[in-house]
Formats: sequence, structure tokens, C-alpha cells
Amino acid sequence: MTSLTRHRPHRGSRAFLPWLAMPALVVFVGFAVIPLVGVFALSFTTWDGIGAIHPTGFTSWRTVLTDPGLPHALGVTFLVMTVSWAFQTPLSILLGTLLAGRQRYRAVLGVVYFVPLMLSSAAIAIAYKALLDPNFGLGAGLRIPVLSQDWLGRPGLAFGVVVFIVSWQFVPFHSLIYQGGVQQIPKSLYEAAQMDGAGRIRQFFSITLPQLRYTIITSSTLMVVGSLTFFDLIFVLTEGGPGDATRVLALDMYKRGFQASLMGPASAIAVILVLVGLALALLLRRLGGRDAGASQLEGA
Amino acid sequence: MTATPTEARQPRKTTGRTGRPRSRRRNWAGGLAGWIWLVIVVVPLYWTLITSLKTQSRYYATNPLVPSAAPTLDNYRLVIESDFLRYFVNSIVVTAGAVAPAVVFSFMAAYAIVRGWHMRSLRAINRLFLLGLAIPLQATVIPVYLIIIRLHLYDSLLALILPSIAFAVPLSVLVLANFIRDVPKELFDSMRVDGATEWTTLWRLAAPLTRPAILTVTIFNALTIWNGFLLPLILTQSPERRTLPLALWTFQGQYGVNVPAILAAVVLTTLPLLVLYAFGRRQLLSGLTAGFSR
Repeated sequence: MTSLTRHRPHRGSRAFLPWLAMPALVVFVGFAVIPLVGVFALSFTTWDGIGAIHPTGFTSWRTVLTDPGLPHALGVTFLVMTVSWAFQTPLSILLGTLLAGRQRYRAVLGVVYFVPLMLSSAAIAIAYKALLDPNFGLGAGLRIPVLSQDWLGRPGLAFGVVVFIVSWQFVPFHSLIYQGGVQQIPKSLYEAAQMDGAGRIRQFFSITLPQLRYTIITSSTLMVVGSLTFFDLIFVLTEGGPGDATRVLALDMYKRGFQASLMGPASAIAVILVLVGLALALLLRRLGGRDAGASQLEGA
Repeated sequence: MTATPTEARQPRKTTGRTGRPRSRRRNWAGGLAGWIWLVIVVVPLYWTLITSLKTQSRYYATNPLVPSAAPTLDNYRLVIESDFLRYFVNSIVVTAGAVAPAVVFSFMAAYAIVRGWHMRSLRAINRLFLLGLAIPLQATVIPVYLIIIRLHLYDSLLALILPSIAFAVPLSVLVLANFIRDVPKELFDSMRVDGATEWTTLWRLAAPLTRPAILTVTIFNALTIWNGFLLPLILTQSPERRTLPLALWTFQGQYGVNVPAILAAVVLTTLPLLVLYAFGRRQLLSGLTAGFSR
């Protein structure tokens, strides 16, 4: 890396390099950076999504911040985030370690294992909605009372279902990340531990876990920031219901903006969403001691 | 199925200097969790598939885990007759139209960032892209909607393509830059000695050497955009512009009680990806992690 930093291409081409980045930069600025600034601006306006946009100062913010719907949506968002993190992380580490190990398991598990990664959230939500139907779903069909509850009709259950389906969808991806992480742990560490007589479990806790530290940070960052955007799944599955039991921030934004035509307050919610995302990313970076993303470019 | 040429072109990243935890004892906890999770993954998939082949009356009357004795394709016929071919074409147009520029632009940007790391402007651009990884980009959909209206692109496929490219850039640049950085510096130097410009070096040297990464990023973006739901939901209106996930959702609203038909629609919209998965599994999976687990 240091050699690259010192290295300079000859004059003629040097000035050309930034131009290569231009197309990506232009699209990114046009449809991500400007909207990001725009969402701040729109949060100080009143707009119904069709007509003219009127600047109205803090009106939208006052509406949003005094609405009990906001702390509720924030609470649901954090709960989905933490519960699904706490469920997915140990499972993904366990499965990732397994997948990194014996070829025999991998051959069998590998093929079907990652299919959920291919499916759209909409398709998953629709299939699960039918599967969980209290009258005609899988549980009812098998005549197992425990399984034939009104899964999506009761607040606590619906919340659990959301967390479960999120895990169903994303555990494969995170297992993959951990598999990659485990495979990069130097074999010599395990050999040394084995010579010292450390057992499998001991090895896992004293070598695998500490060595996976940055992988855990990366995976957790993706999980946590990703969980802010569980829109498709919840929208199709419950529309935030029953009541507002699964109404996360992203859904709150959509409903206020595109269903109730209140783009001002919806933009305020979006700003909160951005701030929460940034805060979490920074927090995780602090925890990890380095930025999982940036380090990949700067470090090594 | 896995004996495709892609196998030989696996990124070096995930193989190379690897060490595997090895023990003479078995990993019981992992093994058990692995099999349990496998069942959890398989049952809904299996149930979806066999139910989509049942008639509606059989669906209500038979054991849900036993395949129909007389499987029918009627549900699939109904789905196809509901204009799903058009939605399929829309999805192809949007996915191809967004992925190709996204990957080419990202590759050029990644190349510039790696080769021009000494330039402040490129480091700033890189930081901007990294910011895109930390921010939930869905939060920007309201201004995106406004911009699309002002550009008179509302309810067009181009309206879906443009933001999709922008949303794909951050991760693509990150992954591609990681791989371009692995190209030995001597190769760049010899290109330079031969008088090649950066433009030539980009396409003649960097692109062929990072082909696995380019393929991976392509597949990953295609997957994300093909499965996208929020952008079509807010940026299109007419049935003729629907992409598959949105069409699936409206179909479900229309045929609420006809569960086998709905599940046939689920299977049908998923089929192209499963075919892709069957052919490019190794490429996809090994590549997915390469960008993250360094």
C-alpha cells in the first residue's frame, strides 16, 4: 500500500484519473447525495407529493416530534434491530465456522443453504403469509395447534415472525461472511493451541472468536444498518400491523409520505433514519477500533 | 452443476492463505445447528413448491407436506396469463439497464481510486462512496421521487434505472477496489513503460485480471435490483411498468384466497434467479464474502 501511495503515474495520465471516477460520481451525487441533502430541505416544507412545495419552517418537525408514533416506531426499529442481531449473530458464527470446516457438510448443506439469498423480500413475505395462515397454512394443515396460531394477527407474535423471517433471509449471507473470516485465520494458531492441549470449545473461544473480531464488526454493521431498511418484507407481510406493532421507521416514512401524502413529516422521519444509521455506523466503528469499510481501502 | 468453468476462476481471496480449524473431534454444536437450520430453510421452500402444483380444493383438503397425487400446472398458466411475461421483460430491462452502467462506472471509479490514491480529490470521492454504505439509502426516496417527477421520468423504467445505479455504486466500488489493489504493481509499471495510457491499462490489464470480481459485483447488483420493491412501488404507477416483485404483490392482492396460484407466482418470479444460482453458485458465494472478509 505504501508503495502504491508513493507511486505516481506519468504526468499525462495522472490528471486523467479523476475523470474516470466522474460517471459514478455524477450518478451517485445526482441520485444519492443530492436526495440526501434534499431530504433535510424537504423536512422543513409542506408538500402533498403532487402540488407545490411550501417552506413551512419547523411545522413538520413539530408534528413528528410531538407524535407518539415516533417513539413507538423508533422503539420497534431498535427492537427489530437488536433482537434480530442477537439471534442472527451467534447462529451465523456457528454456521460460518461449520461451513468453513469440513468439506462433507458443505457439499450437502451448501446447495440449498443459500437459496434464501436469491429470493426477493416480497416473494418471501408472500410465501410466509400463506404458510402462516391460521386457518389454511402449514400449521393448520398439519393439525398442530401450536403452529396454527394467528401469527400475524397478534402484536407480539407478529413481531417475532418478522424477526424470524429476517433471520431466515439473512443468516445465510452472514454465515458466508463468517465462513470467509474463519478461513483466513492462520492454521498455525490452531496447531499451536492443539499442542498446548486446548480442546475444541477452548479453541473456539480463545482463537476463533477473537480472530473474528473485525468480521463481527463488519457483519454487525451490515445487519444493523440493513435492519433500518427492512421495508419490503414488513410492508408486504404486515403493513406495520397488527395496529402498529411492526411499524418500523422506514414503514412510518412510507405511510406518512406516500399514503397520507404528508411528505414534510415523512422527510423528517427520513432524516431521523439517516441520523440513526450514521450514529450506529460510527458507534460500531468506535467499538471495532477501525472502520470496517475504510480500513479495507486504507489498511492492509 | 458446479462443474462450470467458473469454478476455476474463483477469486484468490477466499482460497489462498487460508487455514481451517481442524480437530479430530467433531463440531457437534455446529453440526446440529447446521442441520436444524437446513430443515428450517428447506421446509418453506418445499411447501411453496408443492403447494403451487396443487389445485385450490386439494390445497384445502390435503396434508400440506405431501405433494399432490395429481400435480397441475394450471396455477402457472393463470400467472402467465396475468401478464407476467411483460413484468418479466420489465425486470430484465431494469436490471440489465442498471447493472451494466453501475458495474462499468464503478469499475472505472475503483480503478481511479486505487491508482490515484495519492490524489486528494480521489480520496474524497472514495470517502463519499463509503458514506453511502453507512447511510440507509432508502431514506432518500422522497427527494428521489421529487427529482424523478421533475425530470418527467415518473412511471417509466428509466426512473427505476437511475437511482438503482446510484444505490449500487458504493458497495461495487469498495469490492472492485479491493481486487484491483491486488494486481501486482509491476504489471502496471510495465504497462506504463510500454507507453500505455491509464485508459488502456484499465481495460487491457485491470479488467481481465479482476474478472471474477467484476462478475461477482454484476451478479450481486443484478440480484439486488431484480428483487427491488420500494423503487418500483413509489416511482411507477401503471400496470405496464410493473417489475416482478411489485407484480407479485399486486397479484397477491388480486387473488387473495387462491393460495396455490399466489405461490406459483412466487416460484415463477424466483425461477430466473434459481437458474442463475444453479450456474453461478460458486462464483456468487465466494465473491459475496470477498468484499467483506478481509
